[in-house]
Amino acid sequence: MKDFAYLSAPDVPTALQAIARPGARFLGGGTNLVDLMRQNIERPDTVIDITRLPLDRVEELPGGGLRVGALVRNSHLAAHRAVRERYPMLAQAILAGASGQLRNMATVGGNLLQRTRCAYFTDLSAGCNKRQPGSGCDAVGGFNRNAAVLGASASCVATHPSDMCVALAALDAVVELESVRGVRRVPLTGFHRLPGDTPQVETEIAADELITAVELPALPVAAASRYRKIRDRASYAFALVSVAAAMHARDGVITDIRLALGGVATRPWRAHQAERELLGAPATEESFRRAAEAELAAAVPQSQNGFKIELAQRAITATLRQLLTEGGAA
Amino acid sequence: MTTYVGEAVDRVDGTAKTTGGARFSAEYPYPDLAHAALVHATVARGRITRLDTTAAEAVPGVIAVLTHRNAPPLKPAPRVTPLNLATLASGTSVNYLNTDEVHWNGQPVAVVVAESPEAAQEAAHLVEVAYAHLPATVDFAAAEPDAKPQKSNLIMSGGAVKGDPEAALAAAPVALDLRYTTPPHHHNAIEPHATTAHWADGRLTLHDGAQNIYWTRDHLAMRFGIPKDDIRVLSPFVGGAFGGKTMVWPGTILAAMAAKATGRPVRLMLTREGVYRTVGGRTPSTQRVAVGADESGRMTALIHTSVTLTGRVGGGPEQVTSQTRHLYDAAAIRVQQNLVELDVLSNTVMRAPGESIGTFALEATVDELAYRLGVDPIELRARNEPARNPMDGKAFAHRKLRECFEQGAKEFGWAGRNPEPRSTRDGRWLVGTGVAAAYHPSWQFPANVTVRLSADGTALVRCGFHEMGMGGATAQAQIAADALGLPVEAVTVEYGDTRLPTGPGAGGSAQTASVAAALVAACEKLTRLARALARRTPGAAGASYPEILRLAGRDSIEARVGSDTRLGTAVGQLRFAGKLMSDRRRWVKAACGAQFCEVRVDADTGEVRVTRWLGVFDVGRVINAKTAASQLRGGIVMGIGMALAEETLVDPRTGRIMNASLSEYHVPVHADVPAIEIRYLDDPDPTMPLGLIGVGEVSITGVAGAIANAVFHATGRRIRDLPITLDKLL
Repeated sequence: MKDFAYLSAPDVPTALQAIARPGARFLGGGTNLVDLMRQNIERPDTVIDITRLPLDRVEELPGGGLRVGALVRNSHLAAHRAVRERYPMLAQAILAGASGQLRNMATVGGNLLQRTRCAYFTDLSAGCNKRQPGSGCDAVGGFNRNAAVLGASASCVATHPSDMCVALAALDAVVELESVRGVRRVPLTGFHRLPGDTPQVETEIAADELITAVELPALPVAAASRYRKIRDRASYAFALVSVAAAMHARDGVITDIRLALGGVATRPWRAHQAERELLGAPATEESFRRAAEAELAAAVPQSQNGFKIELAQRAITATLRQLLTEGGAA
Repeated sequence: MTTYVGEAVDRVDGTAKTTGGARFSAEYPYPDLAHAALVHATVARGRITRLDTTAAEAVPGVIAVLTHRNAPPLKPAPRVTPLNLATLASGTSVNYLNTDEVHWNGQPVAVVVAESPEAAQEAAHLVEVAYAHLPATVDFAAAEPDAKPQKSNLIMSGGAVKGDPEAALAAAPVALDLRYTTPPHHHNAIEPHATTAHWADGRLTLHDGAQNIYWTRDHLAMRFGIPKDDIRVLSPFVGGAFGGKTMVWPGTILAAMAAKATGRPVRLMLTREGVYRTVGGRTPSTQRVAVGADESGRMTALIHTSVTLTGRVGGGPEQVTSQTRHLYDAAAIRVQQNLVELDVLSNTVMRAPGESIGTFALEATVDELAYRLGVDPIELRARNEPARNPMDGKAFAHRKLRECFEQGAKEFGWAGRNPEPRSTRDGRWLVGTGVAAAYHPSWQFPANVTVRLSADGTALVRCGFHEMGMGGATAQAQIAADALGLPVEAVTVEYGDTRLPTGPGAGGSAQTASVAAALVAACEKLTRLARALARRTPGAAGASYPEILRLAGRDSIEARVGSDTRLGTAVGQLRFAGKLMSDRRRWVKAACGAQFCEVRVDADTGEVRVTRWLGVFDVGRVINAKTAASQLRGGIVMGIGMALAEETLVDPRTGRIMNASLSEYHVPVHADVPAIEIRYLDDPDPTMPLGLIGVGEVSITGVAGAIANAVFHATGRRIRDLPITLDKLL
């Protein structure tokens, strides 16, 4: 690992000043950044430890929403009573990710900035436009079983790895960003970018901005919600497909729906197309399946991941069926 | 008299391991210790055309950057000769850092030595290497059709035939001809390979996690051109190995080389990625299993062929078809193993090399035949259970496979099973059960042992064997305690040091039996000595052995089995070879068992979960009920990984391993493993020392077959390509 300067920021203004240094990076839980530093994928000159900043609280918002500080640990958020009661899919999504030890360290802000686990991104000898723009994409024609079928481009097919962000995408979460220039808010669904021909630019965050909070709006439909994660082993694996879903039906007709997918797309994927199909439709297996097919209609498989299209459709259908028959789960 | 043998005695190293007192190879402190890190080649085959170490050398704390330009000379890897089994120990034939040639993607091309591991790693990253590519064949699937038949040698037969199986197959009323594939695997011991090397006065002390310290010693002596007595290898604790620490891989040699070049003690602990890049794993395979049967289910033809790979720079064949020579009484049988050479790192032994993947293909085929015939799979096996070895009519030393199935069927509740696929559903889960036979040949190697009995009532057993977690020292302490009539706590066992009488390597599930044979003989010698002493000592009649020594005024007496002199070693190896040959002429020896499992498959998504396991094994006499069961359980866990998740991803374009980490190479996690019930018959094999057959490997065999069969029962889908991932079940 390269030698780097370390400083611990006592407050937000100090952190925002320090990030102006060349090659500076914020350090939260370190569960991803430090790994990448060990692999020489990240080589910061300065590491600004932000874990002492007062951004570690979950606060009530007027009207029933929550404001989650960027430094709230994943495990803390998953265990938070209000989260479990109002947004069970979020608690489930967090608990489906990583391991207990990692969740104890990982922060909410850091989770938003996780890097892909594409094998070619983390191997310095491979071509990867995300790591080294212009070097090509060795995942195309290589091991791409885990790659994206939605939102990919010729230059990048890497999936976004987060479980938590899938739930946040479904929940209309808003990311609060702060810099010396002020505070701005970006909806989670617009926070992560599609790769296009600049896969190295992954989010809307500017180089001098700090994530300070994630806001969850009041969303009554989310009280009955689920996160279903499908992976290659029972725990400690990234999603092949995941589904975050909240649904309300009255008299057999869907009156409210939130649906997002993980593991299949280059960013946390809000399933707008499926939501449009489902809203006002009868709450039946056929509707679920039709909506799932509509969402995946634009999917483009790579050589090894075509199964994800069928799997995603089945997972959407199964999750909505489960919501209908068993309700949400806390 | 047995007091301790068979009991669940706590492991003697348990406290040391759970309190951190056990010292592993990367934990030996030396004043002035330096740290090493490897630079790995990024091409499959080529020549180094440019090498720039300037930036690496500028990293503060860097002591040396060794490359082919400045590394000390190393003698070439020895040619394999049956006269010196240590010649088998070369991980590869590459002369590390003595050549500008690259023979596999990952080969070490430079070693950095620095004051800290961090500085060494950083400098290793900064070494710049450019290559001229040479043509390389790295794609097993593409090269596999060009495989050549494996030649037979003393240790392994490449093929055999009885009758005319192809004609019998063509004529059989019921016939199956199936193709299977298994991917490469890696051992993934929790302790990455680590070496601490220290030279003083031309002599080398090496702390190295190893499964055969004598091979390591002898190999290094050949490579560095020094007498083997000038090398001491210590390996008292090994954090798992599974075959991955049997051969001498580059890290061990390069640690010794770095220490020699810098005049400093050097520690080289491989990164997890470094283990994948420089230590071989299990070969991938393609297999054909064809079986013909009459309407009653009697097999008339059985054919099992395989293709596996070796590296062009090392590795060897794998006895994929071994169990097919022994399990079923088919009228005509053909087995043939084939090999293809690739420009990849040598393959190596990994838990039950051959049988682990061979039983998958064979046992899945037998299950398929049972369904084709409408016969229960256990009943079908019973109908084809041979009285003598089917290939050549030799006697079985101990054959209790039927008993294993019978006991297992009773305890698992097999009777009354509805064989219909997709017949059981529990909510969203399709439920299925499956069985398979487990089979692993049993071996025995020479061992030299000394036992010293002291007047204070303690005994010291000394033998350079290996403890990788299986409980070897505990088992030998139990055996010695029983033989000498001492409490087990009074017995100390020294192992893992080449200064000790030469012990066997830990391999072939043979170590416990091999040491036990010598230990029992040594204890008999010792008790004869003690009784002779008693006869000469007034008042000693009827006294305990320590009491005899006290009455005779002796501090201790010692007995030795085997000799470590050059002549003694030669005589020992000759005697061993003779016994091996005569044993093999007379008997077929093996551990076997019956694996029973239940799986659940999500009806929507194809996720497979193993929910029940029962393994019933014939492993002869069990020495330690706790450690034996634990080892058998561990093999099943590893088999579950092989069946459902494990696969080393080798990029067919570059020969590069693309999942060289425990987050992307999926071993089973706790949530993947159900409670595992272990039973053993505890019926001694009269042809083995103390009647014991090894327990290290048999339990991984049959696991993938049982799971594949249960998945079929649950879903109606036959998956013949491992691992059985959910995409194959959609």
